[in-house]
Amino acid sequence: MMRTAWLVATKDLRVEARSRVLLWQVVPFGVLALVLSGLALGPAAAGKSSAAPGLFYLVTLFVALLMISRSAGIEHTPGTRESIATLGLDPAGVFLGKTLALTLELWATGLVLLGGSVLLLHTSLVGTLHALPSVLVTLGAMGAAGTMYGALTAGVDGPATLLPVVTLPAFAPLLVAGERSFSAALHGGALWEWWLIVTVALVGYLAVGVLLYGVLEES
Amino acid sequence: MSTNVVTLSNAVVMHNDFALLSGVDLTVEMGSLVVLTGANGAGKTSLLRLLGGLVGLSDGEGVVAGVSLRSGDRSELRRRVGWLGHEGSFYRDLSVLENLTFAARALRRPVGDIAPALERVGLATRSATLAKDLSAGQRRRLGLAWLLVRRPELWLLDEPYASLDDEGRDFLDGVLHDVVAAGASVVVSAHDPLRSASLTPTTYRISGGRIVGHA
Amino acid sequence: MKFTQRYLGVATIVTLVATIVLGLWVTPPATQAQGGDLARLLYIHPAIAWVALYVSFGTTTVASALYLWRRTRSMVMDRIAYCAMEVSVVYIILTLITGSIWGRPTWGVWWAWDARLTSTAILLVLALGYLALRRANDDPEIRARRSAVFGILIALNVPVIHYSVLWWKTLHQGPTLLTPGQIAVHGSMLWTMLLSFFAFTFQFFWLLRARYRVEEQATQARGIEQADAIAARQREGA
Repeated sequence: MMRTAWLVATKDLRVEARSRVLLWQVVPFGVLALVLSGLALGPAAAGKSSAAPGLFYLVTLFVALLMISRSAGIEHTPGTRESIATLGLDPAGVFLGKTLALTLELWATGLVLLGGSVLLLHTSLVGTLHALPSVLVTLGAMGAAGTMYGALTAGVDGPATLLPVVTLPAFAPLLVAGERSFSAALHGGALWEWWLIVTVALVGYLAVGVLLYGVLEES
Repeated sequence: MSTNVVTLSNAVVMHNDFALLSGVDLTVEMGSLVVLTGANGAGKTSLLRLLGGLVGLSDGEGVVAGVSLRSGDRSELRRRVGWLGHEGSFYRDLSVLENLTFAARALRRPVGDIAPALERVGLATRSATLAKDLSAGQRRRLGLAWLLVRRPELWLLDEPYASLDDEGRDFLDGVLHDVVAAGASVVVSAHDPLRSASLTPTTYRISGGRIVGHA
Repeated sequence: MKFTQRYLGVATIVTLVATIVLGLWVTPPATQAQGGDLARLLYIHPAIAWVALYVSFGTTTVASALYLWRRTRSMVMDRIAYCAMEVSVVYIILTLITGSIWGRPTWGVWWAWDARLTSTAILLVLALGYLALRRANDDPEIRARRSAVFGILIALNVPVIHYSVLWWKTLHQGPTLLTPGQIAVHGSMLWTMLLSFFAFTFQFFWLLRARYRVEEQATQARGIEQADAIAARQREGA
């Protein structure tokens, strides 16, 4: 399982490095979304760090949707799906590999957006660094969940519209926990409840993915 | 012990209330070459997908590569077959060598098998080329290289002769001859019967989702 | 099965009628501080929420798990999960509506960003997502597999609702029934509320049974169509 996971993760990351969709499309979209969110708040509120955690995670959610769609789409181009199915890869390993690759990509994008948060939304650098561990774990949970939901909606009629419908509600608890923990890191407050939610989500999605990803591949 | 790699009896495959296959009876002996001919929409690709475990059996019985299509594990069947479709069989953003290395490592085949496979299909000088930058014929050859690395016991080729020139057809005939001689079983779909001096396939005609006779 | 349906129907009607009679005419009105007559929503809202969030979702989750387990895999389980989720959507909407009716005079607004209300709204979208996922897949087997996996994933989110009440700054009534030693509802009001839980649970299973029968008949009709489809296809090649 771990061998397959490493094989699939390196393959996905190589595809991404070759295509550079993350670098030239997804990250610019995320930065633009941060700017637009500042505009939407109005001149008085734009740049207020109190809104930053929520805006950061809201933008990250939409960026994640693009990346989930891309990650799932790698396996579902015409012809590829049939040939990969005949390789007999361990589904749990495929799930872990794709989750690892997606999480690393989310981390890379998240770091850029955190920089945007400091620069554009005026969050304190120290507070943002303090929030970094919770951000990384939250994005990891998104990676695991996103891999599942991406596989769930791949190859169906209207995947572009179905993916947000099934994924965003499931991401809502992660957005809440992430925003609360980011705010707590910036302005003080209890953190352990939100760590618990994110950790439970991460472990839950990893467990469900390892057990059930093969069922989705079968379909 | 059966000498047949494929045994289908009244096989039916449904999709959206449409019968892709409407009762196929077929046997394929081990180490043989079978060609399925028929018009567009006759059911050739659907039959290949059934044999590859890529779609499920809706009715009837079938055993492919020792795996029951009714009760067996389709993922186990898929591990035993090799598939070459219309569009290609690989990741478009990876190079020829990267695709084959991925397949070899996934199947725990020696990475050293890749170079001879590339040599055999004439892509040795294009190993660093991205799959999306290959021509249609070259993508077909990459797909064959993929199968040569895999060495499955049953090859399923969906219209591999489409859009090939005479040189390409002769090349493919040579590969299939070698593969069958080495003991693999091959099922090929085509619009028309093969016109090859080196191959002696058993040819069936498909129409209306079932086999209606020899061609 | 008709026996079950009949007795389930009788139990549903009896308990619902008893709840209505007790709730509207027998139980005393609450004090003004407790909401006055508005508190009679106590005999509807918590029970509907219980069915929406636990009984119906629980039924979908259990049926989904049974479908995924090879020993119990059958299209019966898929149909149960699907029908339960359809009925669940109705109960979730009713939960939000009754919650808003209670909230308007209490909080002054139809909608407050309270954790429980918000989480319930999120579950409604998830349930609608489940139905959308089913409509996006035509192949029965593929649809069943994907729906079953999604049913399990949805279940991961239900605990968030319960714990969000504890961990969020909230306007909502705390989980009084599930907190031992802190039950705030007493006497006949408590018994009537507990009766309403039975009533709406019976009602859910009654509706589920009826909905399942419709789906079963639709599936049988599709089976007949399959034979026609095979014959038509064979005629193509003749």
